[in-house]
Amino acid sequence: MAFEANTPSINRIAYVGYLTVAIGVLIFLSLPLLAVLPISFSADSFLSYPLSGFSMRWYEEVLTSPVWIGSFKNSMIVGVISTVIAMILGTLAALGLNTSDFKGKALVTGLMISPMAVPMIISALGLYFFFAQLGIGATYTALILSHTLLGTPFVLITVNATLKGFDFNLMRAGASLGAGPVTVLFKIVLPLILPGIMSGGLFAFATSFDEVVVAVFVAGPEQRTLPMQMFDGLRENITPAILAVAMLLTMFSLLLLSVLEYLRRRSERMSVVQN
Amino acid sequence: MSSKLVNNELESESIDQSSKMPRDRSQWLKKLKAVALVAPLFLFTLSVFVVPVIMLLVRSVDNPELQSTWPKTVNALQQWEAKALPDAKTFSLLVIEIKQSRVDKTLFKVSKRLNYELSGMRSLINRTGRKLARIELATPEVLKKQLLKIDPRWGEIHTWQAIKRASPVITSHYLLAATDLRLNDAGEVVAASEYQAIYIDILLRTLWIAFVVTILCLILGFPLAHLMANAPSRWTGWLMIGLLLPFWTSLLVRTSAWMVLLQKNGVLNSILLDIGVISEPLALLYERSATFIAMTHLLLPFMVLSLYSVMKSISPVYMRAALSLGAHPVVAFIKVYIPQTLPGVAAGGLLCFILALGYYITPALVGGADDQMLSYFIAYYTNQAINWGMASALGVVLLLISGLLFVVYIRLSNSNSLDKR
Repeated sequence: MAFEANTPSINRIAYVGYLTVAIGVLIFLSLPLLAVLPISFSADSFLSYPLSGFSMRWYEEVLTSPVWIGSFKNSMIVGVISTVIAMILGTLAALGLNTSDFKGKALVTGLMISPMAVPMIISALGLYFFFAQLGIGATYTALILSHTLLGTPFVLITVNATLKGFDFNLMRAGASLGAGPVTVLFKIVLPLILPGIMSGGLFAFATSFDEVVVAVFVAGPEQRTLPMQMFDGLRENITPAILAVAMLLTMFSLLLLSVLEYLRRRSERMSVVQN
Repeated sequence: MSSKLVNNELESESIDQSSKMPRDRSQWLKKLKAVALVAPLFLFTLSVFVVPVIMLLVRSVDNPELQSTWPKTVNALQQWEAKALPDAKTFSLLVIEIKQSRVDKTLFKVSKRLNYELSGMRSLINRTGRKLARIELATPEVLKKQLLKIDPRWGEIHTWQAIKRASPVITSHYLLAATDLRLNDAGEVVAASEYQAIYIDILLRTLWIAFVVTILCLILGFPLAHLMANAPSRWTGWLMIGLLLPFWTSLLVRTSAWMVLLQKNGVLNSILLDIGVISEPLALLYERSATFIAMTHLLLPFMVLSLYSVMKSISPVYMRAALSLGAHPVVAFIKVYIPQTLPGVAAGGLLCFILALGYYITPALVGGADDQMLSYFIAYYTNQAINWGMASALGVVLLLISGLLFVVYIRLSNSNSLDKR
């Protein structure tokens, strides 16, 4: 290994230096959040240390503000509905891609993944024109369809990856024992690929829940989401209230990450059992 | 497809009547099932993604304003040779249509569009519209005289050429403008005037910011990825959590953290003041450096994960061989280890670069006026200036660049995965 210190002094110094840099980068990644989020418990409105005292007033302000609560509700509505649609569409397509080869399969797959590759602002502008043309700009429908589009590639990719390790003989076994295709799908396939569907769904939800650019173009004031509200707040003036929201959002993403990790471990265990 | 299938069936019937035919049919059914399963998402992506992107492409050349508001003038100017002033009939058609579009309240659309071709046209048209409202229709010659009396610019070929240039249903104006070019009176492509030639600068700035951020990510990401790939396994989990936690935190949350850190009365300045390193708060926020720092922070995990996945598969055998043959560890690292990481460097670098190119929110929040990237101007032209042609043309530029790089990225990652096999 590169950093095995087999000759003393110089190499040891180099090794320590290397470790310091690597750990330093890791600290660089977490420090901004660790340094800033505690300010949300400040008793006054200054955004620096030392804090004059501990208080929950900013959390109280956020959690009783109809604007913040309303935008949170919007984000949940849009996130949940678009994630469910993305999970259905993505799972069906991944099943189809793994059922049989057909002409233009690579092209079709590339196309279905492309919303993830194109810069957000391009999708945003295109969707803005599209929904304006249809006369449904600035509606929940427009925002939900947009976020569904952004979420489907994640579901497609994760379910596709899960199906790569899936033993299709299980489906034949089910069929030979007299189960119809629908029964096979619900009793055999779906339970086995569920972790893949769920983690794809989590990615889709996290994307929707954190998405500003498309929302700014497609949503109206009625559909104002949490990220939109936060973006506006950050542009006008930063208060500890925004940091309180940031803290709550961070807790929320921690939760999502733990669920994802749990799902990953579970699917790992299941593939071990299968082998 | 179906005739082929029939042929196959006939063939198989002649060879083996009982067993092969149902097999072909079941293959065909399977294919049908696959297509039916893929179809919903395919059609969804086609209608909610491909169609919108095509609409964007169309908007970048779409030019409906003059055609729809001044159809007769446009038509008359089609025959005009642009060598002398148009005839009196064209003048009178323009007068009639200006009066009409003022009544219809569509004049502002045309004057705005014409101003893109020739600055000053907006005020000329609007002024002419106001004055013409008080003038009765008369013979073409009289109308021509009156138009010339309202503003001498109507007597310049220049003015009419601008109208003619803005007339076609399809225009190259926006795409040319997005690359600092324009059509001159003779219809040749020339450099845009100095105050309009801002877009190449914006493009270069976008590429430069993306490039610097990518390099910073590489420099910072390489040691961390190396540590993660080579650390004892009981460490790896913790290191991964340290990487994934910030990665999973909302982009806005992380951007706001940087804003609070770098503000004039922010955390960093107050610490530096307390220590006594500085006597006055530094202007850190709304600067290029803030853009670099925040974007590097946001994109670093992508780089680390790309490098990590490659470094993990590098066998330690080669390094050991080099060391046992007497190579100095530093030489061995540079000559043996680093070349093996290049696929990861290329993939991570391209990924960071492509993602950075499209950044909008973070530069908009932590950068200054001179740090805004292409996406910012696309948003500006869509939501504030309401110049959809220009927004779309800049979108086409961004789409082309990131699309090309993405193709390279896919090629690269495919060949990487082939190598591993």
